[in-house]
Amino acid sequence: MNNLLWLVPALPFAGFLILALAGKQLSRVWVAMIGAGSVSLSAIVVLIIGISFLSQPPANGNYSQTLWTWMQVAGFNPKITLFLDALSLVFVFVITFIGALIHIYSVAFMADDKDYSRFFACMNLFVFSMLLLVLADNLLLLYLGWEGVGLCSYLLIGFWYENPANGYAARKAFIITRVGDTAMAIGLFVIFYQFGTLAIPDVLAKAPVLWHQGAQMATITALLLLAGGVGKSAQLPLQTWLPDAMAGPSPVSALIHAATMVTAGVYLIARMHIIFQLSPIAQMIVAVIGAATLFIAGFSALTQYDIKRVLAYSTISQIGYMFLALGVGAWTAAIFHFMIHAFFKALLFLAAGAVIETLHHEHNMFKMGGLKNKLPVIFWTFLIGSASLAALPLISAGFYSKDQILWYAWASESGNPLLWFIALLGAFITAAYTARMMILVFWGEAKTEIGHHPGKLMTVPLIILAFFSLFAGFIELPHNFGHLTLFSNLLHQVLPEAVLKAGMNTELQFQILAFLSTFGGIYLAYIFYYKQPQRIEKLKQSGFVMNLYLFWFSGWGFDKLYNVLIVNPVVFIANINKSDVVDKLYQGITFVTIRLYRFLSFTQSGSLRWYIMGLVIGAIIILSIQIML
Amino acid sequence: MILIYTIVILMGGGLLAFLLGQWNKSLPRWIALCTVSVGFVVLVSFWIERYRAVNIHLSNTWMIDYRHDWIPSFGISFHLAIDGLSLLLLVLTFFLGILAVLCSWNEVKERAGFYHFNLLWILAGISGVFMAMDLFLFYFFWEIMLIPMYFLIGIWGSENRVYAACKFFIFTQASGLLMLLAIIGLYFIHGRNTGIYTFNYFELLGTAISPNVAFWLMMGFMIAFVVKLPIVPFHTWLPDAHSEAPTAGSLILAGLLLKTGAYGILRFVLPLFPEASRVFAPWAMLFGVIGIIYGAILAYSQTDLKRLVAYTSVSHMGFVILGIFAFNELALQGVVMQLVTHAISTGALFIMAGMLKERLHTRDINQMGGLWAQMPQMGAIAMLLAMASLGLPGLGNFIAEFLILLGTFKANVLLTVIAAIGLVFSAIYSLRIVQKVFLGPSERSYQVRDFSFREIVIMAALTLSIVWLGLYPQPVINTAKPMIMKLEHIFSAENKNMEKENPSVTPLNMHKYLVNNKE
Repeated sequence: MNNLLWLVPALPFAGFLILALAGKQLSRVWVAMIGAGSVSLSAIVVLIIGISFLSQPPANGNYSQTLWTWMQVAGFNPKITLFLDALSLVFVFVITFIGALIHIYSVAFMADDKDYSRFFACMNLFVFSMLLLVLADNLLLLYLGWEGVGLCSYLLIGFWYENPANGYAARKAFIITRVGDTAMAIGLFVIFYQFGTLAIPDVLAKAPVLWHQGAQMATITALLLLAGGVGKSAQLPLQTWLPDAMAGPSPVSALIHAATMVTAGVYLIARMHIIFQLSPIAQMIVAVIGAATLFIAGFSALTQYDIKRVLAYSTISQIGYMFLALGVGAWTAAIFHFMIHAFFKALLFLAAGAVIETLHHEHNMFKMGGLKNKLPVIFWTFLIGSASLAALPLISAGFYSKDQILWYAWASESGNPLLWFIALLGAFITAAYTARMMILVFWGEAKTEIGHHPGKLMTVPLIILAFFSLFAGFIELPHNFGHLTLFSNLLHQVLPEAVLKAGMNTELQFQILAFLSTFGGIYLAYIFYYKQPQRIEKLKQSGFVMNLYLFWFSGWGFDKLYNVLIVNPVVFIANINKSDVVDKLYQGITFVTIRLYRFLSFTQSGSLRWYIMGLVIGAIIILSIQIML
Repeated sequence: MILIYTIVILMGGGLLAFLLGQWNKSLPRWIALCTVSVGFVVLVSFWIERYRAVNIHLSNTWMIDYRHDWIPSFGISFHLAIDGLSLLLLVLTFFLGILAVLCSWNEVKERAGFYHFNLLWILAGISGVFMAMDLFLFYFFWEIMLIPMYFLIGIWGSENRVYAACKFFIFTQASGLLMLLAIIGLYFIHGRNTGIYTFNYFELLGTAISPNVAFWLMMGFMIAFVVKLPIVPFHTWLPDAHSEAPTAGSLILAGLLLKTGAYGILRFVLPLFPEASRVFAPWAMLFGVIGIIYGAILAYSQTDLKRLVAYTSVSHMGFVILGIFAFNELALQGVVMQLVTHAISTGALFIMAGMLKERLHTRDINQMGGLWAQMPQMGAIAMLLAMASLGLPGLGNFIAEFLILLGTFKANVLLTVIAAIGLVFSAIYSLRIVQKVFLGPSERSYQVRDFSFREIVIMAALTLSIVWLGLYPQPVINTAKPMIMKLEHIFSAENKNMEKENPSVTPLNMHKYLVNNKE
């Protein structure tokens, strides 16, 4: 199976090359075949490799394949090596499988777009880069994938380039994530000088030998890597790009900004978990960032009217849960939530895209409504996705993954009641904004006429994703309820088990609390948006509530803060210095020279009187100087 | 002999183009294309032939050494030699030379003969600079590349060409004179010490000079080179010269002329004055970092496309000076990569600016926008070049900048971190280029055509090289290796002393390191 590994990224890359070079000449059918086909084939290869990996686990726990040595300079010799272990297997599975579904959906969704081949070329390039990111055996190759997905994200957010606002959103996404990437690059330098290599297995093996628990270098390294993860995964304080990234087509939001790329930070931290384990401070920071982000983004989601922005803030919030889990050492819980989240969030974005498309590009939820009976397939799949997002107890997959995180936020060794409480509050808000979205879109009166119904190519992927959003949770059941641990068993090959505090065996009470918070949230939305909408109007009267609403709506004012603190000063300096102040110095020299020559040429007037006068004055000056000295 | 041939063929071709240009307008460009191509083929085949040997004999850095007396009474000889670094830069010279001829294929209509004469003589001068191992001869070639460039800008440039040409000439000439003084100073000091008056590079190496004098002699060389490179605050000739020069002129300026400055530092400043260089290193690195940030910020605010790209060169060349004075193999390899990849990517951007000007008759990016709809091919290539410029992994520039920063990190953590901020700025200005030119709404009523076949050939050559260098840079690294090993060897003894004081450099003791470096 080793030998097949290269095919996984190579297929989408081949798709990209063909579409990029010859896309204009190909018919739409061929473009769709190549675009969606390459990723589907790649998913099949992953399935073959995955089955062999699970049925006959390799002796050392991984497959690896070296393609060539990238470069060799002074002991720095990163290789182009693919590396597949249980952790990357989960990611590769999600990327290719959900990627294939989204590509198939896009065949219909983008059918009328004039840049059909460009879309699929970028999507294929994205899948390739993302696969490289999770299959990389060394951090430099990972960085290649890391920046590559950033590029594709940029290209696809700004896909409809005629609108400058989309270009702005795209650049914002690229530049903000680049801030994190730069910190990560510095992290790579530190790692290289500490370990003499960037190969991940070597680094992880050497780290506990070289650094003692709590070593300062471990903290520095972990925080630099974290900065990269925070940028890519849109966590505090670099989260501001993701809501704007919704300018891209919906399949892009589903694939890049929900299911895969934005979870790259989660992958990075899980992959480098040994370094994070060595630094309790860094791990605490991860947990705190996760908790703060899920809290802040949750409230922002509650106030949005654009359906995609609700989902965007919700994604930020859900990744916050994953960071929280990573921070408290519940490694497998984070990855489990990543996988489940990928299913239901991709589903929600695709379904939202279908809604938006049938409503003639209407994004405003307050102008939707009443779609329950008109679009039954979309309704049911959206409902399932929402149930999973709101973690509806027992029946949804989201419950099983989020419940774990809540439990570990309290019970794990580095968990504490505050983190747990914020996570619980987050679950309450999540349920509230999810129910609000459902009610606004599908219940009530229809406010916009629907256009054509989505076709099979769009609904079948939705149904498949809905299936997984319901049932994928059953592969990992809580300790007191079935205690099935298929998923974590697989991942424990790579990731350590969460360490619990002593005497923790009362999971049931926590589950009941989670249960209550979910229903509380749903009930809140039910009251305010269905039962008694006049209450909202009443709330709007209050100036304080209105200000709070606007504050949450603007994403807690982060954009404004960054504009005032960073963007405006830099732009101001750049603009006043447009003509380069240094050049003024040289222009000054020329200016003085020219003046001097004008002045001296003035003395050469051709008039004899002036010359005689000059001679006389000169003689007097010289004589007087002589006398004085 | 191959070395002389390369120069003679260029100079001869130039004369021939000039003479035949009197009769036929299209003949000069064919002559130019042929001569440069022949040189390119000869050099590349030489490179391939010697490539294996390069890896085996790390100790013998010189591949060819040709020496003939010129003015023996003053110790001046016609001495050419190349090692891996020279060879790389020579191949680059001829590669870009071919493209320079191709990209001005239809652009030049007046005095085509004289134009190609100048073009070929600039290339000859640059080749000579990369080969000369006699300081007098080096200065001779240094001037040869200057004068035809002056004509190229002054005659075939755009509106403000005379101002730009004079500025370019005065900056380079004034700084070149300082180098001449330093060369003569070195000549006499060496003569007085040993009784042998010679300009021979190999004999001047290791001349015993008192530290104070050495510092000033080094500064003489240094100023000539950093003006050419350029580093802030000597950079202001560059935006004017680049933006006013014809396309081929900008290409050669950015791709080759700037590189002679870096080459000069690597070849002459460091080996001739190692102690003085060490003393100066922290300052040079500081200036490099200032250049990176300052150039990037200026690039962001420009509205003239060529001026914008010119300022990005200032920023990228800051990495070169930063890397050179880190004195370790990683950084120096990064510098060589940066010289090659910057020449290709920035050269390509200048060619593209020229193509846009041919079509739109403006360089003002505020008057462009939305060109993707009409020119998707050029847009895609522009995107790739912007990505190269911002250092996207997988493209050559990333290897260069990553290696430079990785090497510099060992020498000075603080400056490396500041320089890394330049990566964010480079993203800002690079994406701005693409946005302003190709994206956004289109308000043009007339049709703009996409690439012609000739233009595709040019761009394909450039983009393929940049991708190749990004995915498999080993041939360049191996070729430059012997020379860099030797250079590092000069400084390693001193580095070892420093490492004794600081066993390992970490962000935590970097301040101590910074102080030590200054002493």
